[in-house]
Amino acid sequence: MLLEVKNLTTKFKSKKGTTTAVNQVSFHVNEGEILAIVGESGSGKSVTSLSIMGLTPGEVSGEIIFKGEDLKQKSDKEMQKIRGDKISMIFQEPMTSLNPVHRIKDQLMETILTHMDMNKEEALKRAITMLDLVGIPSPEKRINDYPHQMSGGMRQRVMIAMALSCRPELLIADEPTTALDVTIQAQIMELLYRLRQKFNMAVMLITHDLGVVAESADRVIVMYCGRIVEEAPVIELFETPKHPYTRGLLDSIPKIDEDKDRLFMIDGMVPNPLHMPKGCTFSDRCDKCMDICRQMMPALVTDGNRSVRCFLYHNEVEVSE
Amino acid sequence: MAQETKTSAEGSDEILLSVKHLSKYFAADTNFFGKTTSVLKAVDDLNLDIYKKEALGLVGESGCGKTTIGKMIANLYRPTSGEILYDGKDLTKLTENERRAYCKDIQLIFQDPYASLNPRMTIGDIIAEPIKTNKLLPKDKIEERVTYLLNCVGLANHHRNRFPHEFSGGQRQRVGIARALAVEPKLIVCDEPVSALDVSIQAQVLNLLDDLKDEFGLTYLFIAHGLNVVKHISDRVGVMYLGKLVEIADKHELYNNPQHPYTKALLSAIPNINPRVKKERIILKGDVPSPIDPKDNCRFCSRCYQKLDMCENSPYPSMREVAPKHFVACHLYDE
Repeated sequence: MLLEVKNLTTKFKSKKGTTTAVNQVSFHVNEGEILAIVGESGSGKSVTSLSIMGLTPGEVSGEIIFKGEDLKQKSDKEMQKIRGDKISMIFQEPMTSLNPVHRIKDQLMETILTHMDMNKEEALKRAITMLDLVGIPSPEKRINDYPHQMSGGMRQRVMIAMALSCRPELLIADEPTTALDVTIQAQIMELLYRLRQKFNMAVMLITHDLGVVAESADRVIVMYCGRIVEEAPVIELFETPKHPYTRGLLDSIPKIDEDKDRLFMIDGMVPNPLHMPKGCTFSDRCDKCMDICRQMMPALVTDGNRSVRCFLYHNEVEVSE
Repeated sequence: MAQETKTSAEGSDEILLSVKHLSKYFAADTNFFGKTTSVLKAVDDLNLDIYKKEALGLVGESGCGKTTIGKMIANLYRPTSGEILYDGKDLTKLTENERRAYCKDIQLIFQDPYASLNPRMTIGDIIAEPIKTNKLLPKDKIEERVTYLLNCVGLANHHRNRFPHEFSGGQRQRVGIARALAVEPKLIVCDEPVSALDVSIQAQVLNLLDDLKDEFGLTYLFIAHGLNVVKHISDRVGVMYLGKLVEIADKHELYNNPQHPYTKALLSAIPNINPRVKKERIILKGDVPSPIDPKDNCRFCSRCYQKLDMCENSPYPSMREVAPKHFVACHLYDE
């Protein structure tokens, strides 16, 4: 087990009240596997990853154990050593995550010089090798470019090169292809897949695109309103989804090889985090809602390699903090 | 291609709007005297027919000119050259007064539901505004009409006094749809109407668009980059690349039997929702080239994996009918 997250809760305080963006989330990532976290906006998937990296301004509780050490006990300085070295992250927006006033060269070399025992010359060599690895043509020339001289796909490649330059053991990819076109998305996913095999690195893939998940992930976690509602190996999840929300999500996507006049709809919308419904947070949109669902929050119950949070499958109630 | 389509079209198919040799160039660079020195060809010599009551999908990657076409048809951009024929008139040559009358028939739904509604107007006012500016109804009837429109798009009457910021993305998109419907249009240009929305909300809006099409006998020009979404809603689909239409056909024909190398690559790039199926994927090399001062040859030839010797130096391939109503612009299909 490379990373183990136990009872992670992240709260944000505002004038209007306290919002629990991530609520008692527990999961693990094995070495070399791709774990996908799926959910819609506001489900807490991005906050989960930022909490692991220690990058959220919110109040974080719980345990984040990376290779036997609790990251939450680390000081800011110690965390800086881990970020970009052992754990790396790529963000959704390749346009805004690169510094526009510095050359690609300086940005790539900064990471390498900070974390690795190399002089400038070696670092530059390493940077060029990395750019070559992610498929940027004539890297020794492009390394002198500024971010605005590159296209979206190229910038995302630079981000990946930067994230991988110190050979991390865990890569957190937060919506890595959302801002990109389909043909470029295919290139980037192919690249991530290839690099994972080459370096045997684990990937936490955060996305809302179930197609990308189906193609690349080994295991999937589905989140809704800050909680995990289902966890399963990828084939099981897509073939026999259990939670009504997972099923609804899968049914509401138009499929390319199938003709339907109407799409399945999940009624309503994600509730306001300040006014969560009583009981199960999905109850007011659920087509299988029972009386008990409006009263109590079901627990996440694990059976073999699958977990589900729904009274349709068990009757355990979540114990609140 | 317009003529070719007409002859091949079945008799019952009536053309609502026809685009002929339409181009839109933007000045990418000017010299000291303000003269244009390089041109961005957003849409270049494009022919397209839209039939009555069909949903025509337009797909392509960013920068292929699909939005520019939508804006020209909706009269928001003036074309550089070419014709847009609607109801026997060329929309590009109308006087200001005529334009207003025709504009009413062609409405637009925008991609970003957050930016396309005035934050200082109530939902009721937003929907009533096009009715007032077009003087469609006497004042006392407007309220009733707004209630009806709100109902049509699945919003409640009490929503009319609220402001856009109080709504979610999906609800705002519904308001945008109600506003487009307010003037009883014939054609609605839907420019990426669901790409900013979550999956579960996307399905709601797609179903709504489908229902409204049947109810009001609407015609859609549906512009999107999501190929699965376009397939779901459209009857015919056109594929664009760098300002040119490269292939157009009935959706089943296009998705099952794509002919243009670009269409094939695009379709193979869609992630499959079934984890057991590992797709044979055509990975295109490189990025879409710049649309500034393009060469006269096939625009796709720099990335094409089936390139012939002639592609580099021949003029742009013309549209050929490879199967009934299936048109492709590619030298592979030249006689």
